[in-house]
Amino acid sequence: MLSYVARRLLFVLLTLLLSSLVIFGVTQLLPGDVATMILGRFATPEALARLRGELGLDRPLYVQYWDWLWRFVKGDWGTSLATGTAIQPWVMERLRNSAMLAGVGLVMSVPLAVVLGVVAAMKRDSWLDHVISVFSLALVGLPEFVTGLVFIGVLALGLKWLPASSAIEPDAGFFDALPKLILPGLTITLVMLAYVARMTRSGTIEVLKTDYIRTAYLKGLPAHEVILNHVLRNALLPTVTIIAISIGWLIGGLIVTESVFGYPGLGRLLLYSIQHRDLPLLQAVSMLVVAIYSLANLLADVVYAYLNPRIRLS
Amino acid sequence: MASRAIPASLGLRASRGWRVLYHRLRRAPASLVGGSIVLFFLLTALFGPYLAPYGPTDQNLAAMLQPPSLGHWFGTDLFGRDVFSRVLVGSRDIFVLCGSGTLGAVAVGVFVGLAAGYQGGLWDEGLMRLMDVLLAIPALLLAMLLLAVVGPSYGNVLLVIVVLYIPMVSRVVRSVVLELKTKDFVEAARLRGESSLYIMFAELLPNALPPLVVEAAARFSYSIFLVASLGFLGLGVQPPSPDWGLMVAEARDSYALAPWVLAAPAAAISLLVVGVSLFSDGLRRLLRPGVAGG
Repeated sequence: MLSYVARRLLFVLLTLLLSSLVIFGVTQLLPGDVATMILGRFATPEALARLRGELGLDRPLYVQYWDWLWRFVKGDWGTSLATGTAIQPWVMERLRNSAMLAGVGLVMSVPLAVVLGVVAAMKRDSWLDHVISVFSLALVGLPEFVTGLVFIGVLALGLKWLPASSAIEPDAGFFDALPKLILPGLTITLVMLAYVARMTRSGTIEVLKTDYIRTAYLKGLPAHEVILNHVLRNALLPTVTIIAISIGWLIGGLIVTESVFGYPGLGRLLLYSIQHRDLPLLQAVSMLVVAIYSLANLLADVVYAYLNPRIRLS
Repeated sequence: MASRAIPASLGLRASRGWRVLYHRLRRAPASLVGGSIVLFFLLTALFGPYLAPYGPTDQNLAAMLQPPSLGHWFGTDLFGRDVFSRVLVGSRDIFVLCGSGTLGAVAVGVFVGLAAGYQGGLWDEGLMRLMDVLLAIPALLLAMLLLAVVGPSYGNVLLVIVVLYIPMVSRVVRSVVLELKTKDFVEAARLRGESSLYIMFAELLPNALPPLVVEAAARFSYSIFLVASLGFLGLGVQPPSPDWGLMVAEARDSYALAPWVLAAPAAAISLLVVGVSLFSDGLRRLLRPGVAGG
């Protein structure tokens, strides 16, 4: 088990290193010169050269890369080109907001999705299964901005139950923000619900086909006992992985959803940094998102291995 | 292999194949619905631009934000442009963009997957690690980063779709190749003295076709989703193009006043994506009935 975790960790670190190269490389290729951006178009060549020296932009690229990566690891993420403020506390605040939103979405979606998936699998090929399957297929396809805008139109503009904008104070507490979290949370829920339900269904179907389930039924165990002790235990195993895999899906969903509702999260900040060509900010947000994504995948693998004795004991 | 059956028996096999196909389709009404939706949009993509009553970018400031009427079936937007015409013309754009993007990804992915799977060794390690890196960055983030660099435009969105979906396609091809490359028919071809290129494309690739078609259909449906999202975020196709995602984004300001401007493209995107995913799900059941899912 330990060697498995160590191997996975090493792999994740390697991937992170490579993706940091991609992120650094991509942001280096961004059109526009940083020194010109700071000093304006009418700066003298001497002033530009001096600033480049101060910022270390005249060093070879690989030196700049190592310096940037080391600073990122240490938590020194520099200052924003657009606002001149320190990036790290800003990004952390937005990360907290995105985590709140993702949390609301996960809490609303995962239990429901697992139940729907298991029910659909148990009643395979019944009308209930078809309804669940078609609805989840349809929901998977709906872009977040469509569902989000429908929620705004019906629940906020039409029925006036909830606020249309989710522009909370960036440092608002969870319960202050909660009313404004519900609509974007619902949007995230739909994204996750359909995906996790579909995957849980196919995982459960796989389990139902196995010999040990047939044995359990044949030895006369009551159905609810078979389901609880044998089916669910094994079916939830792949579901753990699925939830982690869908973190990538969730991140994409957050970027769009935050933009729909004007919610001050990491996704909005990412879009802001691209629109304002704020290089250090873009680099920091991208690295953070990739790191979270990789760690979620690592966590999924480790939990999966822990729950699955065939890997744990090998 | 089965794909190299004796010609005399081909007719028989084919007719039996069609009957099996028909019965499987009858058991999956959802994929029939999906197929009809896709067919419908395919027709609007083919003929829509000729049927559009107005030009997609023709402005008429005297007739802005008009509700749906006989003259303007889906109403007009903030610039007085006919929403119906824009949705019609937009359907061709999205089919061309997502279709060619998917095909591009399939073409490159097939090369990568065949090379990695068949050549093995350093080729496999190098190519697959590269694919892992592309997969280590969430898709939408990678798309946004790339578009920030190359600038948002029709051609660059196309490029991004290709880059994003190469890893998935190449993984599918590689796994089929790994499974088959030790089989007798490959060994036989090698002993006949066939070149690696021949073995990869004439012996291995045909066997990878069913999963490849399934994967391509899935990629096509995701790419519509992606293009719409990028358009909505302002990083995709730029104004005044009748891109559906972009149209939704532009219609947000007048949402409370004129919901129809937003409703038409939003409904079109939803219908198309749902149709394509139902259809591709049906395709998966048809071509890979053994693989669980959905």
